[in-house]
Amino acid sequence: MSEAALETKALSMSFGALRVANAIDFRLEPGARHALIGPNGAGKTTFVNLVTGALSPSDGRILLAGSDVTGLGQAHRVKRGLVRTFQITALFRGLTMIENVTLAVAERLGAARDLIRPAGSRRAVIEEAYALLDRLGIADEALRPVRELAYGRQRLVEIAVALGLDPKVLLLDEPAAGVPSAETGTIIDVIERLPPDIAVLIIEHDMDLVFRLAQRITVLVQGAVLVEGSPAEIAADARVREVYLGEREHQ
Amino acid sequence: MADALAATISITFHGLAFAMVLYLVSVGLSVTMGLMGFVNLAHGVFAALGGYITTSLMASMGVPFAPAIVGGVVVAMAVSVPLERVLYRRFYGGDELDQVLLTVGLAFMSVAAAKFLWGPLAQPFHPPPALSGQISLGFREFPTYRSFLIASGAVLVTLLWLGLERTQFGAQIRAAVDNRRMAQSVGINTSQLFTLTFALGSGLAALGGALGAEILAIEPAYALEHLIYFVIVVSVGGLGSIRGPFFAALLIGVSDTGFKYLLPEFGAFFIYALTLVILLWRPQGLFGHA
Amino acid sequence: MTVALPRSADAAATIDAFARRHRLRAAEAVPWVVALAAYVVFPDYLALGAQILATTLFALSLDLILGYAGIVTLGHAAFFGTGAYIAGLLAAHGWGEPITGLFAAAAAAALVGFVSGAVVLRTQGLTLLMLTLVVATMLYEAANKATAITGGADGLSGMDVWTVLGFRFDLFGIVAYWYCLAALFVCWIIARLIVHSPFGRSLTGIRENERRMHAIGSPVYYRRLTIYTIAAALAGVSGALVSQTTQFVGLGVLSFDRSGAVLIMLIVGGVGRLYGAFIGVPLYMILQDRFAAVDPVYWYFWIGGLLVMVVVFAPGGAFGLGERLIRKWRRRA
Repeated sequence: MSEAALETKALSMSFGALRVANAIDFRLEPGARHALIGPNGAGKTTFVNLVTGALSPSDGRILLAGSDVTGLGQAHRVKRGLVRTFQITALFRGLTMIENVTLAVAERLGAARDLIRPAGSRRAVIEEAYALLDRLGIADEALRPVRELAYGRQRLVEIAVALGLDPKVLLLDEPAAGVPSAETGTIIDVIERLPPDIAVLIIEHDMDLVFRLAQRITVLVQGAVLVEGSPAEIAADARVREVYLGEREHQ
Repeated sequence: MADALAATISITFHGLAFAMVLYLVSVGLSVTMGLMGFVNLAHGVFAALGGYITTSLMASMGVPFAPAIVGGVVVAMAVSVPLERVLYRRFYGGDELDQVLLTVGLAFMSVAAAKFLWGPLAQPFHPPPALSGQISLGFREFPTYRSFLIASGAVLVTLLWLGLERTQFGAQIRAAVDNRRMAQSVGINTSQLFTLTFALGSGLAALGGALGAEILAIEPAYALEHLIYFVIVVSVGGLGSIRGPFFAALLIGVSDTGFKYLLPEFGAFFIYALTLVILLWRPQGLFGHA
Repeated sequence: MTVALPRSADAAATIDAFARRHRLRAAEAVPWVVALAAYVVFPDYLALGAQILATTLFALSLDLILGYAGIVTLGHAAFFGTGAYIAGLLAAHGWGEPITGLFAAAAAAALVGFVSGAVVLRTQGLTLLMLTLVVATMLYEAANKATAITGGADGLSGMDVWTVLGFRFDLFGIVAYWYCLAALFVCWIIARLIVHSPFGRSLTGIRENERRMHAIGSPVYYRRLTIYTIAAALAGVSGALVSQTTQFVGLGVLSFDRSGAVLIMLIVGGVGRLYGAFIGVPLYMILQDRFAAVDPVYWYFWIGGLLVMVVVFAPGGAFGLGERLIRKWRRRA
């Protein structure tokens, strides 16, 4: 079996008596298009926080391309290619679109440690950032502050920033969350056109998006993996339907 | 040996008295910061105000001790209400820098105002005859006023803790400190709660300032001079906590008295070092939430 | 502008526009022109002018950590005071050469900044704020008690500052003025380079959204520690300038008053724009000079009141107000 791009083994975390992650075994293959679904409060974002290093697990291991990164800080994992986007847009709102991306690119290239030369002199950084925005089709507003952009566009900038870090594993936390349905098409497009060598894990509620984009789906319920399989298997699984049906009944 | 024992008793006694004053003044600050998330660096102004009103009533109008204290507390509470409603309220949940600047500005203004109204010198404080002199506690004699201070401090603390645990008001405060949005959705009128809590905290500060006038002299720069102590007690105790600052005040009060007695060349230096160490080990304070 | 330009021209234009932000603008010469003009127009006030220039450096150093890295501190005087005392002690103990004194002050203040920053920057929010106050108060207390070294409350006496590049400090403040102006200029260049560098931009990122900076792999703690140390060094230089030009160091250089005053000066001028210091410091110090002559008691009242007014009505300080006015004027044009 080839090395997984990302793997967790018995990953667990408790907040006091509450188990928010329960011995999660998870495998993300290189180049995968994998979705993580589950009802509200299932612990999906907690899982992402654990994997990226924003939270420390109480037990278990996290492996990135075979190496154990459980003890590494968030910034180190990013340097190794583990990148995430945020469910609620977390951009530099006062800065321009292009600056948001250049900050990420500069970090990756080590340019951010430069104290002397003006940021503008690093043309390679700026050109790469622009090219990214162009590929996502949003470069026309490159010089506008992020807070002035339509929300759908801001979500795309989130993805651009993540891509600026040259990820090997990309964790997209509800990329279409809060986006008006007219704009979700662009986001789906962008995700479909992501480079095939990046392993992508999407956390989503929108089932249409999930079934369209994912080759494999993992269902998380109350911090534990319920089932994992192909979209057809998941759609047919009675337990999954019960979990979602049950949720719909309570709404 | 007997000397060391005598010194220890002295330090503990005076440290306790100091701790009571520190606690009474600081508890309001702790709750305000934990409840409203508001950094009020002008909190000491209410303590000073209580002290000024009390000493003025006693000195220039011959008002007896107890009513003078009550007067100081009432005035402080009355001033605090419009301040909270009109000015502070606008900055709740806002930028911390704005709150710092606003309250530091107010503190500066209060220093000038105090100098203008009462002159630059420290206000003389004469406890009533019943509380002056020495009192015998069996094995030793102690200054009566400070003994009174410790005793009344203990009573007030007990009342405060009981009030927090047993009353509806106290329950509301605890709930809102824990989770403000949740408290609102449960129907607690947070707006009114904030004003009442702020007034109560300011009143307690005034009480501490007035009762403690002998230990922390009432002078124009009071609020800024002693800000560091209040800030240390609150951050070491834990924001939003009522018990935390008590233990922090005990720790700071007794240690400070001890250090200054045993190593006067270093002054308050050790207290600051101690604070640094504690806050590095537990940034949320001894009793704060993480 | 609805002309459709070819793609590559668009791209090049955007990239150019973004890359050129750091270029020197004509307006940036204004403070220096004003400083030179002041020398000619106010020959009787050069001593005050020198103090204003030195304090501008102090406020500039605060802007680096407050305006750019978003670190709120109530104890910046710790570094100012360290620089002042080091320069003072050197001059009082036989080495009065001013320029090396500045370097020594910068080094000492940087050390204090690094050590205290390493400790304090592990915390955040209110705890961080309080710890900055604790550190400064510690230093104040240490200086207060170490009377044999610092002179305690009476201040350091016996400072003998030598000539700077052959010029003796005169009673009219001429040499002091040029000395402080030159030091401010050099330090300003350093500050400007940093602010416009990729490092400086990453600091702005840290201020805008720290969580995001962690998520893009930025070593946030080390960045903040670096700028904290640099800012401490610059503050140390400003303290040394003050002590050398007044030939005196008292406890006030480490006091909360000093930390509070520089904070007010910067806020009034405008934080995070690099030039707020150049507006706020002269404004404050000239007002103070006038007021102190009339009634020192009221000064605290009015400056406190000004601070409250700025916070409530003009959060961007004078700079922010100016920007708003310019925007309104441009819209009408």
